This record gives sequence, C-alpha cells and structure tokens, in this order.
Amino acid sequence: MDWMFMLIALLKVLVVLVVFVLMLGAVLTWVERRMSALIQDRLGPNRAQIGNVRAWGLLHPIADMFKAFTKEDFVPAGANRMLFFLAPAIALASTLACFAVIPFGPGEHFTIAPLDSGMLFIIAIGSFGIYGVALGGWASNNNFGLLGALRGAAQLVSYEVTMGLNLVGVFAVFGTMSLSQLVLGQGELLWGWLPKWGVVVQPVGFVLFLIASMAENKRAPFDLPEGESEIIGYFAEFSAMRFATFFLTEFVEIVLIAAIAATVFFGGWQIPWLDPQGVAGGFITVAQIGFFVFKIIALCWLQMLIRWTLPRFRYDQLMNLGWKVLLPLSLANIVVTAIVLALS
Amino acid sequence: MGSEFLPYVAIIITIVVAVGIALAILVLNAVLGPKRPSEAKMGPFECGSDVVDTPRKRINVRFYAVAIFFVVFDIEALFLIPIAVAYRDLLQPQHLGVFALFALLLFIGVLAIGLWYVWGKGALDWAFDALTSSAARSDANE
Repeated sequence: MDWMFMLIALLKVLVVLVVFVLMLGAVLTWVERRMSALIQDRLGPNRAQIGNVRAWGLLHPIADMFKAFTKEDFVPAGANRMLFFLAPAIALASTLACFAVIPFGPGEHFTIAPLDSGMLFIIAIGSFGIYGVALGGWASNNNFGLLGALRGAAQLVSYEVTMGLNLVGVFAVFGTMSLSQLVLGQGELLWGWLPKWGVVVQPVGFVLFLIASMAENKRAPFDLPEGESEIIGYFAEFSAMRFATFFLTEFVEIVLIAAIAATVFFGGWQIPWLDPQGVAGGFITVAQIGFFVFKIIALCWLQMLIRWTLPRFRYDQLMNLGWKVLLPLSLANIVVTAIVLALS
Repeated sequence: MGSEFLPYVAIIITIVVAVGIALAILVLNAVLGPKRPSEAKMGPFECGSDVVDTPRKRINVRFYAVAIFFVVFDIEALFLIPIAVAYRDLLQPQHLGVFALFALLLFIGVLAIGLWYVWGKGALDWAFDALTSSAARSDANE
C-alpha cells in the first residue's frame, strides 16, 4: 500500500470537507439569516461580539456552535436509542462523502477520487440522506416526527427519480459520467463564441435538476417534512447538536447542489473565452479554482434567493409536481435530446 | 494492488472522515452537555397537550405505493444512464446506427405507458377532494 498516496488523500479530504465545505456551510447559516432579514426589512442577528468586534453578525455561527455543543442531548422515553443517535450522523456523513468526486481544478490533483462513474457515486451515496429523515422521525416515538418522516421519505424518493433522469440528457450529450470528463467536454465553444456548458445544451435539464435537488434538500418551497412554523417535522424531538447536525446538513447540501450544478451545468473550473496559452501555468490554475468557487457561491446565493421568495406547496401540489409535471417533462427531455443527437 | 483501485481507496478515506466528523460532533455534545432528565422532558412533544395516541401504528398505504413507483422509475433511470453514456458511440453506423434511437424510444415508451396507467388509476392523486370524489364515483358505479 502506498502510504504517501493515502496521506495526500487524507490531506485533500480534510481541506475539502473541513476547510471548504463545513466553513462555507457555517457562513451560509449567517448569510441565510441576514439575507432573510434584508428581504423582510429587518436587521437580522448582529449582536454577538468578542471585545468590541461585531463583524456584522459573523460571530453568530461560532456562538451557535458553542451553544449546540453545551446543550443537553436527551433521548425521549420510548425512542429507539441506536437509530435516534445514528440518524443525524447518517444525514451529515452521506452528504459530506459526496464531495469526494467533485473536481475542484484541472488534473486529478484537485479531485479527491477521480472516479469514472463519479455522478453515479453522488446519486448513490446522496440517497442515504433519506435514511436520516425516515429513521430519525420514526425512532423518536412522536406522532409529529412520524408524520414528517413519512412525508419526507415520500418527497425524497419522488424527486430522486427526476434528479436521476435529468442527468441522463447531460450524459448523452457529453458521452461520459465522469465529472472531470464532463468539465473537459464543456471547455469547447459552440459557433466560436458560446461556451458549450451543460446549461446551454440542456437548459430544460438544468431547470428540472435545480427544482428536483432543492426538493431533495427539503427547503422552501419544498419544506413540508419540517415546516418550521406550522407542521412539526421529523426532527421534533431532536435537541442540541443532534438538531444542529440536521441543520448543518441542510447547508452542506446547499453547497453540494451548487457544486454539482456548477460542475455539470456551468463548466466546472473552465473559464470561457480565456486562452490558457501564454499565461503562466500556476496563475491559470489558481484562477480556475477561484472561478469554480465563485460559481459555487453564486449558485448557493441563487438557492437562498428562491427559498426566501416562494411560499410553501401544499402536500398534494408537491406530489403532483413531482410525478405529473417533472417526471413526464424529464422523460420528454431525454426523448428530444436523443432525437437531436441522432439527427446531428 | 493496481493503480486503478487508488480512487476507491480515496473514496474509503473520504467516507471514514465524513462518518468520523459526524460521530465526533455528536459524541462531543454528549460529553459536554448536561444530563438533567425529567418526566415532562422525556415525554413525546405534542405542543403541551397530553399524548392520546402512539406513533407505532399502521400508516397510510399511499406511502407504500409511492415507494413502489420509486423503485420502478429509479431502476429505469439506472438503465438509461449506461445507454446515455454510450449513446453517441451506438449511433455510429458500424454499431447500431439509428436503431439505437428506436431502442431508447421503445424503452422509454414502455415506462411512459406504465406512468400513464398508474396516473389513470389515480394512484398519484393525493388531494382530499380527488380521493373522496373517486371513492364516490366507485360507490355510484356499484
């Protein structure tokens, strides 16, 4: 076994998961609160301070972390202790593990694991999040929790189908499901000026993918499993860090959706109209990684904007949208893509 | 071990670290947090009212039906992905040519008929009105 390889892989994992994903997730909790405050004409949280430094409320995620760690994590009577402990861990771990195949830059040095079947890995491991919802709600021995878990499980499996089918069109156009190959394929220009991004060749696929993945993340307008204000959701009985883990998972998943969408539909680390020849190699690599991170942040912002703009669906509207609108549309998208590819 | 397995070693490292992070923060909370159980705190949370029912009971069969449909259509997606990846090659005249398109359309068509059938049967309806009205219709027919 190559110990050097394993050490470098471990280092990459820590940089991506801890430095990038969890940090960005924590900052996003602050962005969400401040942005919703701006939209609703409020100030939002800005009081946490160390000494005289307030930093526009940026210290609130840190204060939240200390608070979550030092609260009591009780287990309600009659709950299944094992599943109650494992449910939040399954939700967070399955979301974090998906980042293994995301290419952050050119070449395989900037991917933790350059799998040929990268997208399939994300679909497979990402689906484990359903266990976090279903087991968490069922194990807590609470009627509201069970209701949220059932609704959550039905919603997640319904939109999972659409999410998988929408990627089929992209696979057909680029002829690969390796994420690094997908990014390389998007580097070309159509007709000499239009970047051949996934969103250009599969516009319907992108819109459907964004809707389906936001429903997968259980955020408004699809937040029926939790429904903060009226319905009590699958984590009704979860306290302290157990609740905070579900909360953090939601924000990590925002980053994951943004990273997948940036890779598959927005050209990954490719900078369009930029000729790599003539620029020193190191600078161009840094610029490409920076541009990829910029795309991720922009797509995170888009998801936040949608979440605070739209009201929640009713449950039958949600299931109708998933099965009667999105599923036929994504099948039609595949058919049209297949015919266009056969004609060209 | 050949170098083609190295990405899978990296995958295992990622999964171990991800599970480690998730378990570590939960265990750290269990160590740092206080333990002050009381009867009211341990009871099921139902907005302050007394519990009248247990959640360990039968659930609506519609959730089961959705799970079955999910299995069918997700396996469809799973079969479509390899076809999609190889589609451009299959379209070459020396492989399948335009027959690849017809094979794909036939496969999607069979499943579209399945979707049309469950749709027509009302298995995808969730609204209270739709449920009661379809029940009323079948009563009237009998």
